[in-house]
Amino acid sequence: METCTKVTKDWLNTMEYREKNFAREKLVINPAKACQPLGALLCSLGIEGCLPFVHGSQGCAAYFRSTLARHFREPVAAVSDSMTEDSAVFGGQNNFHEGLKNAYTVYKPQLIAVFTSCMAEVIGDDIKAYLGNAKKQGSIPKEFPVALANTPSFKGSHIMGYDSMLKGLIDCLGEPREEDKLNDRLYVVPGFDTYPSNLREYKRYLKSMGAPFTLIPDYSEVLDSPNLGTYELFPGGTPIQEMKESLNAKSYLCLQSYSTPATSKYLEGKGVPVETIPMPIGVGGTDRFIEAIAKFTGQDVPEEITRERGRAVDAMTDAHQYIHGKKFALFGDPDILIGIVSFLLEMGGEPVHIVCTNSTPAFKKAMEKLLASSPYGQGATLYPGKDLWHLRSLLVTEPVDMLIGDGHGKYAARDADIPLIRIGLPIYDRVNLHRYPIIGYNGVINLITMIANTFLEEKDRNSTDTYFELMR
Amino acid sequence: MSVLETTDFRKQVVEEVLEVYPEKAQKNRRKHITVKENNECSSCAVKSNAKTVPGLMTARGCAYAGAKGVVWGPVKDITHISHGPVGCGFYSWANRRNLAEGEIGVDNFVPFLFTTDFQESDIIYGGDKKLEKVIEEVVELFPNTKGVSVLSECPVGLIGDDIESVARRMTEKLKMPVIPVRCEGFRGISQSLGHHIANDAIRDHLIGKGPKRDVGPYDVGIIGDYNIGGDAWASKKILEEIGLNVVNIWTGDSTVEMLQNGHLVKLNLIHCYRSMNYMARHMEETYGTPWLEFNFFGPTKIRESVLKIAAMFDDYIMEKAHAVLEKYEAEMQKVVETYRPRLEGKKVMLYVGGLRPRHVVGAYEDLGMEVIGTGYEFAHGEDYDKTMANIKDGTLIYDDVTAYELEEFVNRLKPDLVGSGIKEKYVFEKMGLPFRQMHSWDYSGPYHGYQGFPIFARDMDMAINSPTWKSIKAPWAK
Repeated sequence: METCTKVTKDWLNTMEYREKNFAREKLVINPAKACQPLGALLCSLGIEGCLPFVHGSQGCAAYFRSTLARHFREPVAAVSDSMTEDSAVFGGQNNFHEGLKNAYTVYKPQLIAVFTSCMAEVIGDDIKAYLGNAKKQGSIPKEFPVALANTPSFKGSHIMGYDSMLKGLIDCLGEPREEDKLNDRLYVVPGFDTYPSNLREYKRYLKSMGAPFTLIPDYSEVLDSPNLGTYELFPGGTPIQEMKESLNAKSYLCLQSYSTPATSKYLEGKGVPVETIPMPIGVGGTDRFIEAIAKFTGQDVPEEITRERGRAVDAMTDAHQYIHGKKFALFGDPDILIGIVSFLLEMGGEPVHIVCTNSTPAFKKAMEKLLASSPYGQGATLYPGKDLWHLRSLLVTEPVDMLIGDGHGKYAARDADIPLIRIGLPIYDRVNLHRYPIIGYNGVINLITMIANTFLEEKDRNSTDTYFELMR
Repeated sequence: MSVLETTDFRKQVVEEVLEVYPEKAQKNRRKHITVKENNECSSCAVKSNAKTVPGLMTARGCAYAGAKGVVWGPVKDITHISHGPVGCGFYSWANRRNLAEGEIGVDNFVPFLFTTDFQESDIIYGGDKKLEKVIEEVVELFPNTKGVSVLSECPVGLIGDDIESVARRMTEKLKMPVIPVRCEGFRGISQSLGHHIANDAIRDHLIGKGPKRDVGPYDVGIIGDYNIGGDAWASKKILEEIGLNVVNIWTGDSTVEMLQNGHLVKLNLIHCYRSMNYMARHMEETYGTPWLEFNFFGPTKIRESVLKIAAMFDDYIMEKAHAVLEKYEAEMQKVVETYRPRLEGKKVMLYVGGLRPRHVVGAYEDLGMEVIGTGYEFAHGEDYDKTMANIKDGTLIYDDVTAYELEEFVNRLKPDLVGSGIKEKYVFEKMGLPFRQMHSWDYSGPYHGYQGFPIFARDMDMAINSPTWKSIKAPWAK
């Protein structure tokens, strides 16, 4: 028995196993993606007074809430209409009406955001018609806003659900675009982002550059709320009034390319100008963000931002020797991957394995272009649609120095005996990481701190007396 | 306040809290909440195991959560396939702290997510073929797997897939158990039906089908311990010290063989009655294997349970049992002496699942604490019957409590500690209230047995007496 275990254990680390592992066609093992409604829930938490509402099984709502509560260490509110077997037969309309009525009465939200679990999608519930009937029957007042999103979990991933919900929220609340109602604001869309601190940084930049703006959605006060001794169900978010004005924005700036394409298309269809730039990770990415704001305001970039940039660059030159030439494996959502890879290339780090479970053809093209643009990207391979068990095979057969990805990466990192830098969702096993921005110039400093200090920590831990030095 | 006054006050609280609901919801919820009074028939007073009111924030999960997350997930040498879209498997992946010995990926598959990752085409054309291929692939990539379980998610039951016949074919082809579990999330009204379905799958596909084994005179099994933070090992330690031989655990750190041979013991000891009583009964009815409920939380309950268990055996075991009780007495006394002065009189409100809303009461009382409110996510009438014996008159009891109700009850009853789950934790901590997760032990544990009690006591003290609570109010705040 013991030999059998040992033989298998060794076999898992072979090239032969890697080939077998990559040859699998249908089995998915440890994927780095969740399902659509999780993204829809995250998105809807970012609107002031908005109650997320899962149309479908109650277990889904419990899972989404637990996942986000564990990651953020914050309360996460959501209701469901608890569909069961009878709803599977007759449709979920009765549950939907009763659910809306109860949720509206008890929680007194300003808005309810409905999104679907796969049960409702499979049986083909028409939530738009259900909502019309609910208002007709008086379950909720006619004027009470309810945003809708179809978020089937058997299509796309959590980032697609974020997109559908955002589109639904704007569609529900946005008043028609009219020439004489246009406002002067830049609507900034962060995209599926699990760092409330990133959202705060975006707001800080926009404020300091004098741009009138609305961050949409904005869950920074919801998922990083202060402890003041009282619990608030609705601690903040994009104001409803600004949601109403969302189609009359001067223009939109989307800060992720792959988590908001449907929303962008919808806005453009309404005649709203939309610009999409890569998530502002790394100096180059942040520069593009700053330039986009400057273009919007028509003003020069303030001196204080140039100085802030300079501090980030100073941190880069100070620490380049700890990252240059180091080999990295990464996994995560498309936008984060583009951002972190850009940052590594700026530092002279060498990405080697890049696994993206929820990849798209457009992302593949963009990543390949990015890698081709730098001498440090030449040794990298993108593995679209692969999972963390594929990644494990890559790590044990073609070793690298560090893995970057969410907490689920700890198993593969341990097997490969390399450190894991936790970036993404979920992170259940470290505290406060969501409180350190990874975007902007401060994000550059934070990334360097995490990565370089981890290498230095490893070096100290693994040094014999002879090489255990005070200076590094 | 006298017990009578307390009871009246709490009854009044219930009425006030329910006022906010629309009529139908109010009528429904009133049946699920009561205050314990003298000689009250509990199961008449608390309605349970009923549908959740739509639109009210429930903590409940689904049948899949009960079957995969609770019962099957901890079985370590089986690869568990989450059959359907990616989400359910993702959200239940490696986050229930079911510790297991073994090499991860070699003979321990607990911290894995295996999924058929349904796409639109699978919904349209069905997923049976895909499932068959996935089972073949998982066995090829993980040659030490001793079986495969197929945990159905919602769409599987809705599109009419026949996973039973896939499982039959693959069982024959692979010469190992392939177990279909029909635990679609829309079935039933909570996790509870998922437990039952999971039990039925063990009955139909595993029990009695293992390699033959002689039953020793002191062989016992632990049923309904999922080894959260090592709980089952702490329980096993006591049982072995009193001379018993723990040959099976269901299902913490368990193997397929343990499930097949669960009946081959002299006595089954059941900790979480709710999730596994079905199989305990089945083994008794079919194989004549007796079972006994026990409670290893806190020295008082451990003592009661150890004596009750020993009484099922001979003098040899009884003598050893007394010796073990004596051996740990001083150590437990020291724990009580250390922590009781810091915790005496502190009031606790609980809202958990399974067995804990009643089983942990004694452990709190050992520390001089008082449980003033308790309730279950997915209990049945008999759970509330069992609860009454463990709680005092005037205790507030709430079934499938909504987030709103629990917050309001806590606001008005003002406990010093709340013990519940991750969805509740940060709500109460924002209120400045000490809190412990009583599903996951807040990543601590074990809490079972003699090994667990000092940890339990330390954790409760740490929560209640943490200096961090003192910083909440700013000195300039009005």
